Amino acid sequence: MCKRMQCKSNNYGKGGTTMKNIMINTGNYIAAKAAIMAKPDVVAAYPITPQTTLVEGIANYVASGEYKGEYICVESEHSAMCACIGAAATGVRTFTATSSHGLLLMHEMLHWAALARLPIIMCNINRVVGPGWNIWADENDSISQRDTGWIQFYCSSNQEIFDTVIQAFKLGEHKNVALPVMINYNAFILSHTSMPAEIPSQKEIDDYLGKYKPLWRLDPENPITFGNIIMPADYEKVRRAMQDAHENAKKLIPEIAQDYKKKFGNFHGDLIEKYRCEDAETILLAMGAIGAESKVSIDNMRKEGYKIGLARIRTFRPFPEEEIVKLAKKAELIVIDRNISCGYEGALFTETKGALYGKSDAKVSGFIAGLGGKDVPYNHVEDICKKAIKGKLKKTIWYGFEEVKK
Amino acid sequence: MALKDLPDTECVLPGSAACPGCPATIGLRLVFKALGKNTVMVVPACCTAVIESLYPNTSFDIPVMNIAFEAAAAGASGVEAGLRMQGKSDTTVVAWAGDGGTYDIGIQALSGALERGTNFIYICYNNQIYSNTGIQRSGATPLGAWTTTTVGGKTEVRKEMGDIIRAHHIPYAAQACISYPEDLYNKVKKAKEIKGPKYIEILAPCPPGWRFPMEKTVDMGVLAIETGAWALYEFENEKMTFNGKSKLLLEKKIQPKPVEEWIKYQGRFRHLFKPTRDEKTLKAIQENTDKVWERYRECYL
Repeated sequence: MCKRMQCKSNNYGKGGTTMKNIMINTGNYIAAKAAIMAKPDVVAAYPITPQTTLVEGIANYVASGEYKGEYICVESEHSAMCACIGAAATGVRTFTATSSHGLLLMHEMLHWAALARLPIIMCNINRVVGPGWNIWADENDSISQRDTGWIQFYCSSNQEIFDTVIQAFKLGEHKNVALPVMINYNAFILSHTSMPAEIPSQKEIDDYLGKYKPLWRLDPENPITFGNIIMPADYEKVRRAMQDAHENAKKLIPEIAQDYKKKFGNFHGDLIEKYRCEDAETILLAMGAIGAESKVSIDNMRKEGYKIGLARIRTFRPFPEEEIVKLAKKAELIVIDRNISCGYEGALFTETKGALYGKSDAKVSGFIAGLGGKDVPYNHVEDICKKAIKGKLKKTIWYGFEEVKK
Repeated sequence: MALKDLPDTECVLPGSAACPGCPATIGLRLVFKALGKNTVMVVPACCTAVIESLYPNTSFDIPVMNIAFEAAAAGASGVEAGLRMQGKSDTTVVAWAGDGGTYDIGIQALSGALERGTNFIYICYNNQIYSNTGIQRSGATPLGAWTTTTVGGKTEVRKEMGDIIRAHHIPYAAQACISYPEDLYNKVKKAKEIKGPKYIEILAPCPPGWRFPMEKTVDMGVLAIETGAWALYEFENEKMTFNGKSKLLLEKKIQPKPVEEWIKYQGRFRHLFKPTRDEKTLKAIQENTDKVWERYRECYL
């Protein structure tokens, strides 16, 4: 499962050669490793395909003694989130993981966690929502949780999963943020695909994260009542404070990414990962695994002479509005959504156009691709980009849509 | 322990938003006297979420966490784990939920927490209705009772929550009533000293919900026990013990009063008496009560 290899150290800028731990494993096992290295006091989770190997991973760490916190095997995802909320309210670090229907069952408590300003960290493995039953990649599950107040990251590699889980604790627990963070990654494409990931030492993680200092806690020494009836004017302040916290997160995410890069060497972008965007006349916007796949497409198209780049959206909330406006100053945009807000269009397409309103007239083309777990290989992405560059697109295109056979 | 010997501890502060004659505040005062101030309470949607009063004020002198309707036991599981991980295992974690939040929407989370052996006390204050939302039927509403969603009277019997709880074989479960404060105090006190999941259900006669005058709250509880409409008991280490008058009823050392003696004071049963007596339903209510006691005798005598 793990091997050691030698490489240049960039930890703490000390330089020189040191042993770096490389873990070759699936996204789920790497997420489990990241989670337990953050030493949450309480993990509460419920199994659902394709998240199961993540919770099994944590169970293995409990059995081996590597994880010393409390692992509550609850009877539903709703209770998983409730238990995390209860634990976090006592002032401890918490973690959970879910997918698809599990996330949707949590919906009520996702709002609760965010309004309670509890920095619960959760991995969500993006999976199709039924019926019919389908366990493959699709982002409609987490996109439909957009307005719960959670910070949402979308990852494109196992290394990014590891680093984002660690960074999520740093970000969510920051006193100017105090928000729960959802780390999303695609079912199977990442959750069940082995890739290498550099794993820092436990001491490095301990030093990096430090001890969690909660904004508030349930404490008999200082009795407070949390969450009782609140009048409209006060409630509005609570919402406003959440919005401000998201604005703060928007500033902090790049800082944390840079700091992490300095300490651990890995960098996956800040709110957006920009790839070959410098002189681009066309920029592709995508999230998750399609974002990673698109790098191959960009390289191929560059070889063909296209001035094209990729902006992989890492945070859907807070939304990188200003960065998108900057990109649109010099380039036309193409958006691929692995989700659909039926009755309108792909969510990223909508948000992108919203960000540009009144600030840019750049052409934006929207594509739906990869719903229901359909594969979106690099050549499809190239095809999409070429269609968009050529065409005068007015509305969303369903790429590769196969008519229902009669 | 006599009533006058109960501790002076008061965690329900003056000025709560409870209705006059509210049984929940009676119950809460007694529970806090038994538990003391080193307690954290988890409250789902229920009357107590109102009784607490408005943010930024509170009527409780212990830490309270409000949580969603179906979530009390799961939330308490997290609170318990969080406190234990900080070495605060001496703090009592109590979930305080109504019958709707226990019998109906919260039963899954409750069952899960009991099965997992969560070290907490789950208290259901049972007023046999969704009273906070304005008197709708719950799984605890008795046969024949009017609610805003059983306009002609409930046609089903109430759920036997005690049976469901006992099927989890937890170390301690009890039924109490706000009209018997020493009994309630002793049960909570005992539960506090036992490790693992504890369940206590308190019958809480609700003046606006049951439609009786606010000064009759305690009387309605007494009559519920004397007619056998409710039973006081403890289930400890698999052994069932009936308490007080319920013990005498079980052993047939006293005769129960007819259930009619209890329901005739409650407006929620008025349709059984006026304009004409509904003999059929009255008989069914009595028969159902008798059946419950026959079951008790069969199993526990």
